[in-house]
Amino acid sequence: MKLLTHNLLSSHVRGVGSRGFPLRLQATEVRINPVEFNPDFVARMIPKVEWAALLEAADTVPKGPIEGYEHDEKFLRQMHHVLLEVDVLEGTLQCPESGRLFPISRGIPNMLLSDEETET
Amino acid sequence: MSCPLNRYLLLMAQEHLEFRLPEIKSLLSLFGGQFISSQETYGKSPFWILSIPSEDIARNLMKRTVCAKSIFELWGHGKSPEELYSSLKNYPVEKMVPFLHSDSTYKIKIHTFNKTLTQEEKVKRIDALEFLPFEGKVNLKKPQHIFSVLEDYGLDPNCIPENPHNIYFGRWIADGQRELIESYSVKKRHFIGNTSMDAGLSFIMANHGKVKENDIVFDPFVGTGGLLIASAHFGAYVYGTDIDYNTVHGLGKASRKNQKWRGPDENIRANLRQYGLEKYYLDVLVSDASKPSWRKGTYFDAIITDPPYGIRESTRKTGSQKEIPKGMEKCPESHVPVSLSYHLSDMFFDLLNFAAETLVLGGRLVYWLPVYTPEYTEEMVPWHPCLRLISNCEQKLSSHTSRRLITMEKVKKFELQNIP
Repeated sequence: MKLLTHNLLSSHVRGVGSRGFPLRLQATEVRINPVEFNPDFVARMIPKVEWAALLEAADTVPKGPIEGYEHDEKFLRQMHHVLLEVDVLEGTLQCPESGRLFPISRGIPNMLLSDEETET
Repeated sequence: MSCPLNRYLLLMAQEHLEFRLPEIKSLLSLFGGQFISSQETYGKSPFWILSIPSEDIARNLMKRTVCAKSIFELWGHGKSPEELYSSLKNYPVEKMVPFLHSDSTYKIKIHTFNKTLTQEEKVKRIDALEFLPFEGKVNLKKPQHIFSVLEDYGLDPNCIPENPHNIYFGRWIADGQRELIESYSVKKRHFIGNTSMDAGLSFIMANHGKVKENDIVFDPFVGTGGLLIASAHFGAYVYGTDIDYNTVHGLGKASRKNQKWRGPDENIRANLRQYGLEKYYLDVLVSDASKPSWRKGTYFDAIITDPPYGIRESTRKTGSQKEIPKGMEKCPESHVPVSLSYHLSDMFFDLLNFAAETLVLGGRLVYWLPVYTPEYTEEMVPWHPCLRLISNCEQKLSSHTSRRLITMEKVKKFELQNIP
C-alpha cells in the first residue's frame, strides 16, 4: 500500500464519520519500490494531499507544499518517493476513533466490515 | 463560400455501432474540439464527414480511437465520379498545393467497400484523376503523402450495386488504434476472470470516460483489472477495489479452461506489468463498494466500472451475522459474512452517489447497466442531480437481455442535500 493511498483512506465504522480519518498506520514490513518519476503527476497530487495525515504516516516529509512547488524538481522528487515508492507490505490501519484494525497483507489493505460495524 | 473549419472523412469500423459516436464526441471534447457534424446522421455507415478545427486535433483523435480505422482530409466527394471530380475542382487549390509540389512524393490508393475491383479498374480510376495538379513523383513504397479514393457500395453483401452510392477523395492523415484490440486481447492476458471485459470495449470505456495522462481512474468492482489496463495505457494512474479477497490477491481457481489454480503471475499488478504499465498501478484494496473507505474529497478523474449484475457473477455485499443462511460464503481472511443478494437499484444508487461525491468537477462515470429488454424504458436509467447523462449505448446479450454503457459527467458540486 502506498502512502498516497493511506492519505485517501478513512474508517467507515458506524458513528465515526470524519473522525475516522486519518487511519493510524502500523507497518511491520515495508519495501521501497522504485517507480518512474513523473513530475506532472506528482504536482497534480500535491493539492489533494492531507498534509497532517501524511506527516503522521511518513518519516521524512517536507512540512508542506512550498511556493512554486510545480517547478521544484527536488521537492517533487521527495514527494514522489514518499507518496509512490514507499510500499507497506504487511501491517495494520487502525480507526482512530473506534480502534478497529484493518489488516494489510501482501501490500493489499482489507477494508471489509460487517453490517453491524458500518454506518447506516 | 468558404468554411473556416476543415472537413475530414472518418472511416469507421463496423463494430459496436452505437458506441462509436459517443467515443468520437468524447475524444473531440478531450482535445479541445467539438463535434460538428457535416452530414445528417451517423448511423450504420462507416463513412463519417465532420468538421474539425485543426489537423492536430484530428491526429490526437486518432491516437485514441478504437472505433475509427482512418481519417482523411476530405478534398471532394459525390454520388458519382462526375460529382466527385466537380467537387474536387471546387476544392481550393492553395490547400492542395503544399502536398502536391514537385519535391514531394505520393501515391493514390483505391478502397472499395462491399465490392472488389480488378487491378485494371483501379488503374482507370487513378488515371481519371490526372486533372489534379500533382507535380510530385509517384512512390509506391514510402510516399510522403497518401491520397485515397473511397467508394461506398453499401452495407448489404447480398445486394452489391453496379455503381457506388458515394465516392470520397482525401489525403490520408492517420490510422486509429484498432491494433490495440489484438495486442491487449484477453486471450493473451496473464490474469483473467469469468467476466473479463473484451479489450475493444475496455478502450471504448476509457474513451467515453475522457481518460487522460496523469488522471486518477478508479474501478470499484475491479475484478481482474481489465478496465484499469485501458486507462493505464492512456497514461492514467489506477485504483481498484473488489469485495472478493481471492480475486484482488490473485488466488484461488483459475478461469482458463485447462488450468486449475491461479499462478504467481496472476494478479492485477502482474497484468499491468505484462503490458509495461506497472508504473501506473497505485493500489488495489479488498473493499465493499457499498461501504467505501475513501475520505471526503474529490480526487478521482474518472470512475470506470463493470458492476456485477447477477447474470454471470453473483452480486454481493457484506452482510450481517444475523442473516447467515445455510451455505453462505465467508471471506477467508476477514471472517466477515458475505450476503448473496444486493438489490441492483441500490447498487446503482450507491455508485452514482459515490461518483457525485468523489469525482472532480467535469469527471466522468462510465458503467454498464443490465437491462431486461422487453421492459426497458429510458426512465430506468439511474439519475443524480450532480451528474449529467452523456450517452447510453446498448449491447445485446441475448434475445431478452442487454446491457447499456452509461456515461455521466459531474456537472455540479456535491452537497449533502443533493441525495435524492
